[in-house]
Amino acid sequence: MTTTTHELAISATGLRKAYGDKTVLDGIDLAVPAGTVFSLLGPNGAGKTTAVKILSTLVTADAGELRVGGHDLAVDAQAVRAAIGVTGQFSAVDGLITGEENMLLMADLHHLSKQEGRRVAAELLERFDLSDAAKKPASTYSGGMKRRLDLAMTLVGDPRIIFLDEPTTGLDPRSRHNMWGIIRELVSGGTTVFLTTQYLDEADELADHIAVLNDGTIAAEGSAEELKRLVPGGHVRLRFTDPDAYRSAATALREVTRDDEALSLQIPSGGSQRELRSILDWLDAADIEADELTVHTPDLDDVFFALTGGAKVPHQPSETDQPKENVR
Amino acid sequence: MSSLSLAVRDSSTMLRRNLLHARRYPSLTLNLLLTPIMLLLLFVYIFGDVMSTGIGGADRSDYIAYLVPGILMMTIGGTVIGAAVSVATDMNEGIIARFRTMAIHRGSVLVGHVVGSVIQCVASVILVGAVAVAIGFRSTDATPLEWLAAFGLLALFSLAFTWIAVGMGMASPSAEAAANSAQPLILLPLISSAFIPADTMPGWFQPIAEYQPFTPAIETLRGLLLGTEIGNNWWIAIAWCVGLTVLGYRWSTASFNRDPK
Repeated sequence: MTTTTHELAISATGLRKAYGDKTVLDGIDLAVPAGTVFSLLGPNGAGKTTAVKILSTLVTADAGELRVGGHDLAVDAQAVRAAIGVTGQFSAVDGLITGEENMLLMADLHHLSKQEGRRVAAELLERFDLSDAAKKPASTYSGGMKRRLDLAMTLVGDPRIIFLDEPTTGLDPRSRHNMWGIIRELVSGGTTVFLTTQYLDEADELADHIAVLNDGTIAAEGSAEELKRLVPGGHVRLRFTDPDAYRSAATALREVTRDDEALSLQIPSGGSQRELRSILDWLDAADIEADELTVHTPDLDDVFFALTGGAKVPHQPSETDQPKENVR
Repeated sequence: MSSLSLAVRDSSTMLRRNLLHARRYPSLTLNLLLTPIMLLLLFVYIFGDVMSTGIGGADRSDYIAYLVPGILMMTIGGTVIGAAVSVATDMNEGIIARFRTMAIHRGSVLVGHVVGSVIQCVASVILVGAVAVAIGFRSTDATPLEWLAAFGLLALFSLAFTWIAVGMGMASPSAEAAANSAQPLILLPLISSAFIPADTMPGWFQPIAEYQPFTPAIETLRGLLLGTEIGNNWWIAIAWCVGLTVLGYRWSTASFNRDPK
């Protein structure tokens, strides 16, 4: 542990926090190597935001050894603050002043010279597609624009470590994809990103390493691939409209999982072309004709449901509801 | 950068932000000016003759002279309500969370509010003072030194009440709650010697009227501008100002340094 500490941008050991008698974080361990994207994934109320608030020096932990940017949070919070940037779930922009004034305020607080401040502000406003709205009060911005301004403000100080607390919650699909592009750009520049999200596809898209937080503890962690291996493999799903056809298929196939209410059968399968062909041959041989055939490969949804008991996950954006492949 | 120059630089940045808010949205400050100006006109033009007889004056102009120092102090009590409201509003905004996670001087957020509010108080006092002069108020015998002392007293009083108002703003969950809890600051002058001399009030009430912060400050200002007897009022006023400043400062910074929810 001691040999790797200096390469870790963020590390936490035994992080614990309770509000009154409600334990929010129950002794979690985190290790984020510099220059990577770490995603803390969890349902609402899992403790994600609390973790970000603690690691970004906003609130103090009850227990735990915490280091961010090489500095001990308990000893030198101000040095941690100098290394980080935070974009929270609720936009941290000053709505009463314009976008440009918000940027210049940040430049002043980072002690940039007037000239340098104006240059950085203009550059970031341009990069985040806010130049046209720069002279309008931030309170008139749309949700996506506010989030972009928020992130642009965070970047004024050129932080090495960025905390993004649910950066795309409440954004429309286009704004989400824009935000993803921005985050990828940051990472390619060497910035360490600590991302919380309740969207599985977002963690899958962006993160090198994912920790699933549930009820204040880390339920599992690893890369997206590693997490997917935690749940049973994929399957082919056959759906019938005619109950008789369904019953005869179910009898003929035997080695399947039945769902009598939906009139559908699940056949275990990894989803490769070869496996698929043999299943089709088998169905032909048994003279079974399903009305719909879909192939499911395990995704983080399955992992998430398996780990968290499922019930608490909010509705996912429609694009993740689509099966990976569709054969008719 | 040394910690002092960091403090000064960040505080002046926060002050600029505060004044920008005030300039962009002047309605709050201007609304708060309405009460003292309305009371001034009401008591001079509607009640003026009766009030004048009450203080043993000849006509309305005597009462103007008596009333104006109290109205000026009341203007401060009103203007700082704006500070309570804007602090409470600010604390509910995400931007404060951002400031807390930045390597800036921690006190600068509050210092920006306080200095901004004192500047607004002074500007308000000058505006209300101009109205008073327009309806006939004149300082009878103030020397330049007395003018300076009067100005210093008004500024010190503004500082003291601003810190208290900032503490109230910090302790309030919302802007509405802040406006309510700061309301006594503009009502307190009604039970001071602002409108009628404290010794004309019922005996049991006189100690309250006499020793609350407004009366000694008003009496001192009256003495400086109109040459009335100041007596021990000046140091009671200064003691109040210093005490309230320390109290408000402690209260505000303690709430600011507490973990946010």
